[in-house]
Amino acid sequence: MKVMVSVKRVVDYNVRIQVKGDGSGVNLDGVKMSMNPFDEIAMEQAVQMKDAGTAEEVIAVTIGPAKAEEQLRSALAFGADRAIHVKTDEEIQPLTAARILAKLFEKEQPKVLLTGKQAIDDDANQTGQMTAALLDLPQATFASAIEFDGDKAKVTREVDSGLETIEVDLPAVITTDLRLNEPRYLKLPDIMKAKKKPIDAMSVEDLGIEEAVKLNVTKTAPPPEREPGVMVEDVNELVSKMKDKGLV
Amino acid sequence: MTLNPQRVSPYYTEDHEAFRDQVRRFVARELAPNIDEWDEAGEVPWSFHKAAADAGLLQLGYPESLGGVEAPDSFYNIILNDELAQTGSGGIMPAVWVHGIACPPIVAFGSQAQQAKYVTPVLAGEKMAALAITEPSGGSDVAAIKTTARDAGDHYLVNGSKTFISGGMRASAFTTAVRTGGDGPGGVSMLIIDADLPGVSRTPLKKMGWWCSDTATLYFDNVKVPKSNLLGQENRGFAVIMHNFNSERLSMCAQAYGLARCCIDQAAAYARDRHTFGQPLAGHQVIRHKLVDMQMRNQSVKAWLDEIAWRIDHGETPVADLSMLKVLATQTLEFCANEAMQIFGGAAYMRGNKVERIYRETKVMTIGGGSAEILKDLAARQLGF
Ligand SMILES: Cc1cc2nc3c(=O)[nH]c(=O)nc-3n(C[C@H](O)[C@H](O)[C@H](O)COP(=O)(O)OP(=O)(O)OC[C@H]3O[C@@H](n4cnc5c(N)ncnc54)[C@H](O)[C@@H]3O)c2cc1C
Repeated sequence: MKVMVSVKRVVDYNVRIQVKGDGSGVNLDGVKMSMNPFDEIAMEQAVQMKDAGTAEEVIAVTIGPAKAEEQLRSALAFGADRAIHVKTDEEIQPLTAARILAKLFEKEQPKVLLTGKQAIDDDANQTGQMTAALLDLPQATFASAIEFDGDKAKVTREVDSGLETIEVDLPAVITTDLRLNEPRYLKLPDIMKAKKKPIDAMSVEDLGIEEAVKLNVTKTAPPPEREPGVMVEDVNELVSKMKDKGLV
Repeated sequence: MTLNPQRVSPYYTEDHEAFRDQVRRFVARELAPNIDEWDEAGEVPWSFHKAAADAGLLQLGYPESLGGVEAPDSFYNIILNDELAQTGSGGIMPAVWVHGIACPPIVAFGSQAQQAKYVTPVLAGEKMAALAITEPSGGSDVAAIKTTARDAGDHYLVNGSKTFISGGMRASAFTTAVRTGGDGPGGVSMLIIDADLPGVSRTPLKKMGWWCSDTATLYFDNVKVPKSNLLGQENRGFAVIMHNFNSERLSMCAQAYGLARCCIDQAAAYARDRHTFGQPLAGHQVIRHKLVDMQMRNQSVKAWLDEIAWRIDHGETPVADLSMLKVLATQTLEFCANEAMQIFGGAAYMRGNKVERIYRETKVMTIGGGSAEILKDLAARQLGF
């Protein structure tokens, strides 16, 4: 089958995020950027399918600035066969991203679209779901295990109450959760080979997509600093402290 | 952690940065959570060798035909050394990558049969190889080695002993310097000696640092080594040893730079968090100037290291520069480790602190692989001083 994976360029998870002084956003100047970790898990799933012979072709897709080509190169080093870069310098919000992905899905006709359950920048957790809705396709979110069987996929989902296993008809949209796999290390020869694989670049306009209504961010603030904890001797002291604070 | 964002450099490309990301990720997942335990246990499990091979890092810089991962230039090796050093363990290199000194002579001078037998399984993480030059009677004066290999027809009869041999306890073969001819450099040959041959014995040595890497004394008592295990030509071993030193020194410089960087990062983070006299340590001029002194020196090391690497990649063998940089890089490491210890105060003296381990492991860097005294003299001769 043909598998499409969407990957996003985000601030590297090791970076300590700093909110800009005027509250207009977070500081991105000179900050290290990487592939969204949940998308790496989606990529790993796709290349495992290729290794197992379940997938014949893996296409990586990103929407983002020229520099996002770095993340596509990583996806190609993972083992994607080719990539599509929808170039834009605008901030892309989930609904617009979903419209773009839906359009590419219609063009490419993959059996499955894999994407991270959320991107660690805004943690919106919406794009996969919206894409499935726009395409009127089944969706299986927060996958921690996926099994393909003919035209169906059995997906174990991580839900609040534990694990839930569902079956979806293909084509479908599947979003990946942390425990699905451990992404491989990209070896130097694969990093070098990725340079030679094709990337098809296009603009949002080329796809005839209208940008969705923008959500306006009015203010960005760091989370309040946590007060230091106190050590208690025993349960009695714990209970009395909690009573003092009106917690029990 | 310094993340080297969007670096503009004449030497480092996107490929290098992509590779660095992978090494970093490997270190975070496979090494950082375990290294303290392995160091205390005095051993790195074989599964880590395998993991390093699976990630394409154990075999970096070796020909594909031998199971290696070819590196287009020296900067990949610098990155590997630098990033592995960020765990604060100098010992991980001799513990796992000691073939970096044992195998290059076999790759450069060995026969195909020798390479297949002694290099390929090591690059796959299944075996270890060690380099045995130093003897109880001395290490600096390599041309004076006393271990003999007497021509006995179809084999050599080897007698003597080697000491301070990294990986000597675990290695299945030793790339060994032996005397086949008369006195001096012209009588030295290189022999590959299997560890399981009758007459070979070994004992472990306890040491100040590098605990996760074993170090051994080897004894050769009438060991019959097949003639087919001669590396290169008889009595031409000295050139093999010298050739090897250059690549060892570049790696050691990169490692020293990385360990010093780790000291700086650790000390800087501590100086920001720790408060004395109503302000962070870094608020005191004396302390922040210490950090600048460290950074200043280590950045100079890096600039020279990168330049030398570039020259090597362009066909030069800058022996004098490499010798001097080995001295400068390791002395800079001593300086940075010392100052980082001072910034941490008593906490630096406690086990489990990266700086504590690095401090204990500086001396082997200024002594091993050519001591500072010997290298300065080598540089002086090269420069005609
Ligand atoms: C942890 C560890 C691991 C090692 N691993 C290996 C290994 O894997 N394989 C291997 O072969 N060796 C190994 N070595 C040995 C190392 O290479 C030697 O220790 C080093 O070459 C110095 O030799 P030496 O210790 O015999 O000192 P010596 O040669 O006895 O020198 C003693 C001191 O005198 C100085 N000195 C000597 N000659 C002169 C001179 N002409 N002028 C001025 N000063 C001089 C030296 O610089 C040194 O400070 C290892 C050493 C250590 C500590």
